[in-house]
Amino acid sequence: MLLRFFLMGLDRKAGIVLTILAILAVAVPVMTLWVPADSPFHLSVFTVSLLGKYLCFALLALALDLVWGYCGILSLGHAAFFAIGGYAMGMYLMRQIGPRGVYGNPVLPDFMVFLNWKELPWYWLGFDQFWFAAIMVLVVPGALAFAFGWFAFRSRVTGVYLSIITQALTFALLLAFFRNDMGFGGNNGLTDFKDILGYDIQADTTRVALFVATVAALALSYMIASGVIASKLGKVLVALRDAESRVRFMGYDTESYKLFAWTLSACMAGVAGALYVPQVGIINPSEFAPASSIEAVIWVAVGGRGTLAGAILGAVLVNMGKSYFTGALPELWLFALGGLFVAVTLFLPKGLLGLGGQLKAKLPGRKTAALPNVQPANHTADQKGA
Amino acid sequence: MRRALRWLMAVCVVVATSTAVYAADLRPLVQALGSGGYSGTEKALVQLSEAGDPAAVPVIEALQAGDLYVRKADGTVVIARKAGDAFTLTDPLTRAALGDAPAAAVEKIRINNSLRRAISASLGALTLMSSDAGVRRSAADAVFKSRDASALETLTAAIAKEQDKGVRAAMEQARAAILLTGEAASKMTDAEIQAATDTLTARGDRDALVLLNMVAGSGASDTTKRSAAAAVSTLEQKLAFWAALQNLWYGLSLGSVLLLAAIGLAVTFGVMGVINMAHGEMVMIGAYTTFLVQEFFRAHAPGLFDLSILVALPAAFLVSGGVGIVIERSVIRWLYGRPLETLLATWGLSLALQQAVRSIFGPTNREVGAPSWMSGAFELGGLTITYGRLWIVIFAFAVFAALLVALKRTWFGLSIRAVTQNRPMANAMGIRTARVDALTFGLGSGIAGLAGVALSQIDNVSPNLGQGYILDSFMVVVFGGVGNLWGTLVGALTLGTMNKFLEPYAGAVLGKILVLIFIILFIQRRPRGLFALKGRAVEV
Amino acid sequence: MSAESTLLYLDGVSVSFDGFKALNSLSLVMMPGEMRAIIGPNGAGKTTMMDVITGKTRPDTGTILFEGGTDLTRLREAAIANLGIGRKFQRPTVFEPHTVWDNLELALKAPRRPLKTLTYAISRDDRSRIEEILDITRLSALRSRQAGSLSHGQKQWLEIGMLLAQDPKLLLVDEPVAGMTDAETEQTAELLCSIAGKHSVIVVEHDMSFVRALGVKVTVLAEGSVLAEGSLDAVSANQQVIDTYLGR
Repeated sequence: MLLRFFLMGLDRKAGIVLTILAILAVAVPVMTLWVPADSPFHLSVFTVSLLGKYLCFALLALALDLVWGYCGILSLGHAAFFAIGGYAMGMYLMRQIGPRGVYGNPVLPDFMVFLNWKELPWYWLGFDQFWFAAIMVLVVPGALAFAFGWFAFRSRVTGVYLSIITQALTFALLLAFFRNDMGFGGNNGLTDFKDILGYDIQADTTRVALFVATVAALALSYMIASGVIASKLGKVLVALRDAESRVRFMGYDTESYKLFAWTLSACMAGVAGALYVPQVGIINPSEFAPASSIEAVIWVAVGGRGTLAGAILGAVLVNMGKSYFTGALPELWLFALGGLFVAVTLFLPKGLLGLGGQLKAKLPGRKTAALPNVQPANHTADQKGA
Repeated sequence: MRRALRWLMAVCVVVATSTAVYAADLRPLVQALGSGGYSGTEKALVQLSEAGDPAAVPVIEALQAGDLYVRKADGTVVIARKAGDAFTLTDPLTRAALGDAPAAAVEKIRINNSLRRAISASLGALTLMSSDAGVRRSAADAVFKSRDASALETLTAAIAKEQDKGVRAAMEQARAAILLTGEAASKMTDAEIQAATDTLTARGDRDALVLLNMVAGSGASDTTKRSAAAAVSTLEQKLAFWAALQNLWYGLSLGSVLLLAAIGLAVTFGVMGVINMAHGEMVMIGAYTTFLVQEFFRAHAPGLFDLSILVALPAAFLVSGGVGIVIERSVIRWLYGRPLETLLATWGLSLALQQAVRSIFGPTNREVGAPSWMSGAFELGGLTITYGRLWIVIFAFAVFAALLVALKRTWFGLSIRAVTQNRPMANAMGIRTARVDALTFGLGSGIAGLAGVALSQIDNVSPNLGQGYILDSFMVVVFGGVGNLWGTLVGALTLGTMNKFLEPYAGAVLGKILVLIFIILFIQRRPRGLFALKGRAVEV
Repeated sequence: MSAESTLLYLDGVSVSFDGFKALNSLSLVMMPGEMRAIIGPNGAGKTTMMDVITGKTRPDTGTILFEGGTDLTRLREAAIANLGIGRKFQRPTVFEPHTVWDNLELALKAPRRPLKTLTYAISRDDRSRIEEILDITRLSALRSRQAGSLSHGQKQWLEIGMLLAQDPKLLLVDEPVAGMTDAETEQTAELLCSIAGKHSVIVVEHDMSFVRALGVKVTVLAEGSVLAEGSLDAVSANQQVIDTYLGR
């Protein structure tokens, strides 16, 4: 049954995406570890980590697209789930440091020693085990999303209101994680990691392995997401995105459907954060900043919401642009990003992947109504702004 | 009235004659400070302080600071301050300049520890005897804080002579403080102790409470402790009352800031349904306009600086409103009916605006000054109210009232309401809806600019100014109920007060988190806010 | 009349919006298999009546019972729909990005819980049922067309088809022939009549010739309560009805 579920989502587009990911998973390790450093095909470890970071963002975008593109829930707080997943992984990495910290305390991380704490808070227990941390990466964001969604969807908070309270959620978490008393390192967050699963986190092989793990997680999430979308549940989701009350009058409890997609999406975002942290070597409260959640939305919008491949494409492209601009023309980055927001919403409502359909629709002499199936699936959503 | 006048004249006469009499007498005493070594100086000091003339204070202060010298040529005592290699000399009493002298021409009057003590005592006594009520008052306050038992005698003498009620009260409080905490307490009668605690209770501030608590917990006699403990509980109640009132004021003040920030949003979001994430940047632009106006005044009319804010208000309204209209015409009008896209596009605009301001004005804070009528504070009972905050509260309510009138009573307001309620019908009736849209958005943005003028007085004027307010503003509008100005008012004041009442218990950050959580939960219970519109109109 | 034997039983139902009484102590009884036409001027409360039956609006006071015992005022929309009450809106609402087939598949009577739909695989019975409905609604040739590209009339038919697929015990139909040609109107009347008997139907309609074509008991609503009830001829002759509705 599980196999059927995965196969259900496999169409031509999925094939392309998965093939590209498979090529990356093979080519990048080879180009980094075995191609000699002076060869033009050699990839530096720095580049690998950068690519890994992009793919983590791509996974976050994928998660966001699942709720925004297919359920019409514009979350402006998805970075919160990403960051929580990241903190769960960061806590594991912190505990791996052991007595190698500055203060040499075998159990307490440095910042706790610094704050004069005598013992580990209860919520840090268990994080010395990788399996436990790995479960928490899924469970904590999922549980938070479930609780939040359960209240929000039951009381029919929708549209802009929902977007605003997701902002409030991530802002509240931002403030909370800034507090030293929370026990997550306050302002500085968690950093100075030493090793993961016993391997040196700085080693080239570890970095490449983390990249491959990210590719695998992205591929698996892509398959899960496309499987969900291709199922009847996915059709219900798209239906309720455009006409929620109609779906309700058909007897579907739309709240549980939204809750399902929302929680699944939060879990994926958590995984993305957990893979992100070991590759960048730090997690701090700034990941909760309301702005980072909104930035993630633009990745999806650029690539084309309502298309999973578009979300991935958008995240990678925008972040490559960001790396370029903040390096070469830091003054202009915010102009570029701001302009991108405006340009995409005004001129590219379906994103880059929707561009083809948009152009076709504009060709003279061809009636769009007479062309079944040429329009991308999200076309009504754009009209209604759902 | 006449009695007051006569009293005033009498005081004038006394002060005038006494100064005249003493001034003549002081010169030899000052002169004596410079001879006879330590003991000679001390003897002269005691005489100087017994003379009780405040004119001696600067002389003694100079002595304390080591600035008092003897001119070797004629033995005159002078104040000398080092200026390069030489000293600048002034007369200690008249302050007249006596020219420069090389270092070798003057000799410092040296002081030792015993002299230092004598100097402090005589300074305290002299300032308590000063003819200036303000000086006497601060001297009394200083004694209250130091509780220096050596001042007791002078203090008692000063109280007997004191005419000014307020100053005498301050002196009595200082005396009570010395009596209750010092060794004297054990020798006092119950009635005296009671009188002293009463005096402190009457003072009624936190300092008095600290003192009384100290007495209640000290090794004093049981009577003293009992009386102090009783006074502590009275005082605590009183202080709690004032603290609550002060919190209420802070809440009102924060609430009016929130109101100012949110009220423009109540127009663009509440009335038009446009999610303007660049709203905070309109506020920021208003603040920078204030900065520019002030710069202009500083450069061209520094004398009129106090009026700069009044000029900045219309300027900020027009600049922010103008930017708003440009944004509406160029971006937002293409996105009507697509709130989430509007949200994203305006967020993009906000980033670009921030960067633009950062590029022009730099990333650091800009200095915006307060006019003199907005600085300072006054006391009202146990409350301390700063003029700046008071004006902002008044201003917020004035803007609110003006907007209410504009929407309810003017043709423009009628058009806005017509367009928002039934666009096609308004169009059919000849209202130019596109123009009304642009002007409404301009109005909302202009009000944000006004908020910027006010916020420039209490917040840092930096490119990030607006970001700090955007989420709060949305919270206020959503909490109050979209499309209802009164809801925005109640929402702003409620959230402001709640924040300030939580702060003492939970701390500023946790308080804010709690308020956010409260709003999130509240929106779940009442998705349409406090003052929701009901009926079929909203079920779209 | 006792509530037990009825399909739908409304008693003293009132709803007000900001002081405006949309329903004023409305009482209405439907028997199983019955078909009823509801007419009335604008603002008479026709749509609000459907809203309270389907759970979209909660009544301020009054009783609404389904099949004699189930209190509808306590249930949410989805639960009410699952009891067997279907609703067709004034404006045709189909799921535009989905194909005609998918629209029908979504509507088809089947478990509605998320985990059931996640693992749903279409059965032979379901397939033939959809084929059958495609036949009835004459949409067989358009089965893989996106619903958004259908004409207005085709969308109306698709929506009726979706209601058939839902197989409700009670069907609420709001102005089914608005914007239809005469021929389509006639076909729709035929279709509704063929449904009645197996299902109970409430039709809200302005079009008098359509109501006549249905030939069923008519309830006239005005200002939120029942003004008259009976055959179309009987209510047409009612002086009060003429004054408030027909005569104008």
